[in-house]
Amino acid sequence: MFAYRKPALAAAVSLALFAQVAVAAEEQFFPITSYRVGPYGANGQAFFGGFVDYLNYVNLKEGGVNGVKLVWEECETEYNNAKGIECYERMKDKAKVSSGPIHPMSTGISYALIDKIAADKIPMAMVGYGRTDAVDGSVFPYAFPLVTTYQMQASAIIRFIKEKEKGNLEGKKIVFLYHDSAYGKEPIVALQEEAKLNKFALTLVPVAHPGNEQGAQWLQIRQEKPDYVVFWGWGVMNQTALKAAQKVGFSRDRIIGSWWAGSEEDTVPAGDAAKGYMSATWNVAGKTVPLIADIEKVVYGPGKGNLQDPSKIGTILYNRGVSAAVLSVEAIRKAQEKYGKGKAMTGEQVRWAMENLDISNARLKQIGATDLLPEIKTSCDNHEGSGKVKIQQWDGTRWVPVSGWIEGNKGLIHPLFKASAQQYAKEKGITPRDCTKEG
Amino acid sequence: MIYREAGQFKTSYAADQQLFPIRQDRISVLILLVVAFLVIPGVAGEYWFSAILIPFLIFALAALGLNILTGYAGQLSLGSAAFMAVGAYAAYNFQLRIEGIPILISFVCAGLTAAGVGILFGLPSLWIKGFYLAVATLAAQFFIVWCLTKFPWFSNYSSSGVISAQKVVIFGHEFASPREKYLLVLTLVAVMALAAKNMVRSSTGRTWMAVRDMDVAAEVIGIRLMPTKLLAFAVSSFYCGVAGALYAFCYLGSVEPDGFSLDMSFRVLFMIIIGGVGSILGSFLGAAFILLLPIFLDIALPWAAGLLGLPFSSATVSHIQILVFGALIMFFLIVEPHGLARLWQIGKEKLRLWPFPH
Repeated sequence: MFAYRKPALAAAVSLALFAQVAVAAEEQFFPITSYRVGPYGANGQAFFGGFVDYLNYVNLKEGGVNGVKLVWEECETEYNNAKGIECYERMKDKAKVSSGPIHPMSTGISYALIDKIAADKIPMAMVGYGRTDAVDGSVFPYAFPLVTTYQMQASAIIRFIKEKEKGNLEGKKIVFLYHDSAYGKEPIVALQEEAKLNKFALTLVPVAHPGNEQGAQWLQIRQEKPDYVVFWGWGVMNQTALKAAQKVGFSRDRIIGSWWAGSEEDTVPAGDAAKGYMSATWNVAGKTVPLIADIEKVVYGPGKGNLQDPSKIGTILYNRGVSAAVLSVEAIRKAQEKYGKGKAMTGEQVRWAMENLDISNARLKQIGATDLLPEIKTSCDNHEGSGKVKIQQWDGTRWVPVSGWIEGNKGLIHPLFKASAQQYAKEKGITPRDCTKEG
Repeated sequence: MIYREAGQFKTSYAADQQLFPIRQDRISVLILLVVAFLVIPGVAGEYWFSAILIPFLIFALAALGLNILTGYAGQLSLGSAAFMAVGAYAAYNFQLRIEGIPILISFVCAGLTAAGVGILFGLPSLWIKGFYLAVATLAAQFFIVWCLTKFPWFSNYSSSGVISAQKVVIFGHEFASPREKYLLVLTLVAVMALAAKNMVRSSTGRTWMAVRDMDVAAEVIGIRLMPTKLLAFAVSSFYCGVAGALYAFCYLGSVEPDGFSLDMSFRVLFMIIIGGVGSILGSFLGAAFILLLPIFLDIALPWAAGLLGLPFSSATVSHIQILVFGALIMFFLIVEPHGLARLWQIGKEKLRLWPFPH
């Protein structure tokens, strides 16, 4: 044991020294806890590829944010919580000097980091996943479940169905088919509230991990004859569900999935069975977005792209990585406006910016991200900032948006977050900030 | 010469029966404890505490638990992670539901709860052996994780099933910093490891080893199999349960049932295989090897690649790390199938003869 410690220590010290030199010039550091190998490696490659490509793009196109170059370090987590913590601890000293938001892209890792980031004053973004009650920024100053949460997404899906049913869901039957885990269970509360409000019958059908056998569940669905299936699937469970639905003859255009169940990785393997299937998403796919096309030109032109397989450009997850990076860079910009242009921002300053983000459609148009993601305006008591998703449909070869940006029922859902955050604050002995005094 | 017990005469029973009968052992254990308690907290940084030392100690404790069951009592188990989960969730619930209960009492109760569950899943060991028993304990692994997911009471109706550990407060002092948590974990692990060392050489430990070596013979000389085996399950699960509670309270801070997967059980099993089956020291060596080597490779490989000017992405590093790690495991198992602890023992024998080997 001691034989290994010394070289590791030496390596760590030399890395730390190197880091000090690197940060001395005006550079904005991004700690990236990524996963490119392991069970979800394929998803991670596209997402983090997009994320790094956009940072690179900002460097190449504008020479960084107001002259501050964006630098980053990647640490492989393999979607493993313990490794995620190790990565975080390793990059922490650098991140304490200047830090963009961390994107763990894993609910488990974000839960494990949530106390640590608050103590270390490093902001964390969980765009569309993670601890959802962190929407209440008074209890979670450093955690940002930006854009949308599972609950708001479920509520938005219900709203979409309601619009399809001409504004009336009374007496309708909706089955909620979900991955029996933290991820799948979170929207249940929201759906139950919606069911009470809109008077539809809700049936819960869990699927055990990993979900590659769903015969019993779909038999039950066939007996129930629901009007819609709201689907919270993950990984191999998604394609299995689509194939099983085809087998029992349940129309795919009545299944609406969450955004984890709405990428090319889910539909392509299901082949024919996926046609017509719909899912929620907080960013659109395709290269028609000017920003994505420009990244391909500016970054991949000179061969500086991060993806080994450039055919992933324009996929849902790649565009999602770009969108997450857009949010991060806009936060850096906002922070520089307040704390000094051309300077590297600390985690504390970036945190303020993330709490005061205001990305309008006009701004999105400026950076070429028109309609790539919804408008966002955050505040101390709303770390989500949007709550909007689009519904997209798989036409057999690609995802096509079939709706505008739909907002979930904020009045119904946000009080749930508030209550949960208060309970957390009580358990942990946190005194919530007074949001009326934050500027 | 360095490690020779010549001249150490034992003149009383007490001297003969002490935990470390050889003076050199006593001194080295003492030095190790002094270093761990006094020197390391002074020199190590936060990264070392939260990413390396705390998980190392916690997994060493879990490996120790499994080693008692598998190494000493000979009952193969694949459910260590599940018993850790029981410990973590039990400690959380004791803290939550009993007003003002001291955290150390919760840890002990968590260990006892895990011991109870361990006894329950140890019952099949009375009828089945070896690989078949491993399959039976595999059932524990799946059942417990399922149970914690299925019944929301265990996670206090948290919508996601994830629990966040409460603050660790002992006698009004909050153990918040990684250094304090390290000292707490170290104290518990040191006490429990010495207790285990003591237990395995007592009559309890000797009956376990008798059962391990041949249970029919053990029965013939008058050892009752049922209490012996179940006690091994109970003690082993107690250790795993406390390790699980520490994992939740002092390491991760928040845990979900899926985190205690079969994968983790396998890791604990590999720790004792690499470290040494039937050895207290082996549990620590194995935990160090399995936990620290990947981190070391992870840091050293990009550094080495930088020196050689090779373009390594983090994914490549990860792949190479898995390759090297796997190769090293095979290397050690071929060169020394009895684990790292055996290497240490050989080393000691060499030191004893030095400088005049046969």
